[in-house]
Amino acid sequence: MANVTLAHTSGRAGSPLLGRIISRGMAHGALLILSVLFFVPFFWMITSSFKINSQLSAFPIVWVPNPVTFEHYTVGLQQVPFTRWILNTLIVCAFSVLGTVISCSMVAYGLSRIDWAWRNALFAILLATTMIPDQVTFIPLFIIFRNLGWVNTYLPLTVPSFFANAFFVFLLRQFFMTIPKELSEAAKVDGASELTIFTRVILPLARPALATVGLFQFLASWGDFFGPLIYLSRTEQYTVSLGLTFFQGEYTSQFGSLMAASTVMLLPVVVLFFFTQRTFIQGITLTGIKG
Amino acid sequence: MAATTHQAGSSGLSRGRWSARARHDFLWGLIFTSPAILGLLLFRVYPVIASLYYSFTSYSIFGSPRWIGLENYRNLISDQNFWKSLFNTVYFLSFSIPLGIIVGLGLALLLNMKVRGMSFYRTIFFLPSIVPAVASAVIFNYVFDPQYGILNNMLRVFGINGPGWLSHPSWAMPALIVISIWGVGNLMLILLAGLQDVPQDLYDAAFVDGAAWVQRFRHVTLPFLSPHLFFALITGLIAGFQYFAQPYVISNGTGGPARSTLVYGLFLWQNAFKFFKMGYASAMAWVLLVIIVITTLVTFRALSRRVYYGGA
Repeated sequence: MANVTLAHTSGRAGSPLLGRIISRGMAHGALLILSVLFFVPFFWMITSSFKINSQLSAFPIVWVPNPVTFEHYTVGLQQVPFTRWILNTLIVCAFSVLGTVISCSMVAYGLSRIDWAWRNALFAILLATTMIPDQVTFIPLFIIFRNLGWVNTYLPLTVPSFFANAFFVFLLRQFFMTIPKELSEAAKVDGASELTIFTRVILPLARPALATVGLFQFLASWGDFFGPLIYLSRTEQYTVSLGLTFFQGEYTSQFGSLMAASTVMLLPVVVLFFFTQRTFIQGITLTGIKG
Repeated sequence: MAATTHQAGSSGLSRGRWSARARHDFLWGLIFTSPAILGLLLFRVYPVIASLYYSFTSYSIFGSPRWIGLENYRNLISDQNFWKSLFNTVYFLSFSIPLGIIVGLGLALLLNMKVRGMSFYRTIFFLPSIVPAVASAVIFNYVFDPQYGILNNMLRVFGINGPGWLSHPSWAMPALIVISIWGVGNLMLILLAGLQDVPQDLYDAAFVDGAAWVQRFRHVTLPFLSPHLFFALITGLIAGFQYFAQPYVISNGTGGPARSTLVYGLFLWQNAFKFFKMGYASAMAWVLLVIIVITTLVTFRALSRRVYYGGA
């Protein structure tokens, strides 16, 4: 129970209206300052990627590049196969998203729309295994993938996504459970099999949830660092995360090029966010709700 | 009816009998969840057992594993880098989690005042949390650069000569903590959603009773947010113990300067892929697993009673 027992009245500001105006004003001030603090790194990254070298190191800070140069993009980034890295990452992302959406929606269906004996136990086990750190599993997995000859291929980065991820299964299951049972029952009366109900009834209704899962998986694969680090060793195979790290190590103080690379890496993420804001926010709040 | 005598767990069947419907459902249940079942066996159960086995061996990946009993664990106890990496991780966790919760909660409370431009502010605070870890490390490497970085540049305006931040042993970890706070937007959104679930009439009642802001926060807001805060704490702990990418990027995989960013995950990776001590790294992995499980259970034990689920 949220108990609201209160001993004494406190000295609140005289007029409630005045108090409200003051607190509003203070909130606005705080939000403004904080948002500047949060935004400065972005601003710094983008503007620096268009600055000529002398302005990158100038004191006091040059906030707006003058003149604007594209050299870091046209020359700086070309020191490394950056475009190739982007394409590599997109390939990994595409297959991971595909695998995740297919496998997680199947599993979530089995855990929410079919009433069978192992259902709850399996779900509990699945959730409990999210506690197992990647550090425990990666050595034996590395050895298996190495014996399969999968090192230096994208298979170790994509194939596991076809085997369902507990977190996304959880999210989809939540969504599937909100779909009325009667829909399935009606389809069954019409002679539909589970497979038909899954593909024709549930999946079309679950499109927003599937989009959320696909989006989250895209971001996870796009930013993944550990997997590419241990499985990919040839420069031209790198994904963008690994490439950016390599770039940073090789060209330590070429801040203009590094910021150009970071900007390019962030671009799809930010664009995606602006197009899918609602999906995003719903997805995050949905997963955060049940502890 | 070919009803075999199996023990059917739940699902409201007549006892000990499987009807055709139940068998049909069981079969389809298995088929639909087969990716998860296979995934559990291949990517969870097998690796966890195998790494326990490797932890008792000397294994350089090139040869085959050689059984050495508890030697890896004994060596860990006397390995200074092991203790240092554990200390660094705990250091990181004990600041990044509370600070993250405070900042996330603060932002959520501010946004919940429904000021004008809320969705604009929300976007600004949220965006950093979807920046890939590697990219934010690269960006902040520049922000924190002793000579060209924006931070020291600003400090110089006030006549302060800032330290080398990421290249200074005592400042590198605080700087990493700042980077992690920058990504607090995810938690902020969760808390904001939680705040919006608090019934307004409770606030009104408290207000009429003359409760000050602090009292309303403590007795109305906090209980409703407790499930979310609890969730944030647990996931923060599990993720924090595996912290890797950013210290890797800013130290180029070394954990420097002077081992100050050598977190547990980084030292484990070094053992496995720089020194090729797979057995030793597996022992570290198992110690980590035990630490995570114990920490999670203790946190559950200690706090779950104080979590108020009436709101969710």
